[in-house]
Amino acid sequence: MSNPQPRFDPAVAADFLVARAHNGWLGMRFSDHGADWVEMELPWREDLLGEEGRDVLASGPIVSLLDMAGGLSIWTRTGEFRAIATLDLRVDYTRPARERNSVFGRVQCYRTTRSAAFVRGIAHDGDPDDPVAHMQAVFMTIDKRTVDLPAHRNGERANG
Amino acid sequence: MVDAPDIALLTPYARSLGIALDRWEDDAPVLHVDFSEAVLGRPGALHGGAISGLLETAGYGALRAALARTGREASFVPINITVQFLRAGDEKRSYASARIVKLGRRTANLSVEAWQDDPAKPIASAVMNVMIRDVDSDRG
Repeated sequence: MSNPQPRFDPAVAADFLVARAHNGWLGMRFSDHGADWVEMELPWREDLLGEEGRDVLASGPIVSLLDMAGGLSIWTRTGEFRAIATLDLRVDYTRPARERNSVFGRVQCYRTTRSAAFVRGIAHDGDPDDPVAHMQAVFMTIDKRTVDLPAHRNGERANG
Repeated sequence: MVDAPDIALLTPYARSLGIALDRWEDDAPVLHVDFSEAVLGRPGALHGGAISGLLETAGYGALRAALARTGREASFVPINITVQFLRAGDEKRSYASARIVKLGRRTANLSVEAWQDDPAKPIASAVMNVMIRDVDSDRG
């Protein structure tokens, strides 16, 4: 019998998982989590603007933020880290983010099946009760095997 | 291109991600993004967020070109986007272009696809609704 895998902990793993590739390029970082939700922060940055002359983040990075928080919420709820892929993702932009503000993506995984996971969440710029966007997405498991932490410590990621 | 409108197709975010104009086709821009660390997701596959950024940029580009042809100058406010991820994107150049399904006075509905080698095998598609605010009209 091998030792049981330590339960996936986003407070430990999230910053490592977003250190590289697209998420690392965006500069995402861990903010908060619960039993089935994770919040990630995307700090404001001049070269991520959506419009010349207005200091507001583009909508593209907000999709990336919510996608990553969604993936993390699935691993947090199941306690297991395995490769997943986004199947369908919808974002409603309810108001523009404030200028020069970080945007936070808070996503909850509310249901998992053998191969699918359903998530919903919000993006906000400081007050979770006044979201800038709402999202809903479905992810599919693309590999049933779990990935142990030492392996992904070497730089492997499982979300994209 | 003889009939390419002189418009800004790329936001600071899009340029930063490496998105560029590839060509014009049927009055709409075809954009591309080369593979780089900035668009990588899990090892060997493009990040869904980066693909979404390419799709959105192609959507706004097609809309801006259509408005320019009719002399309208407007700013856009995103209403929503729904993305379907159809295939994993490989570590190579990706393309995207949009079709305007409906162009109204206040809103537009766009259908966008992204592909790599074969436009008939899209890696992702999206539907976008966009609010249009004419620059010389009342705000709000």
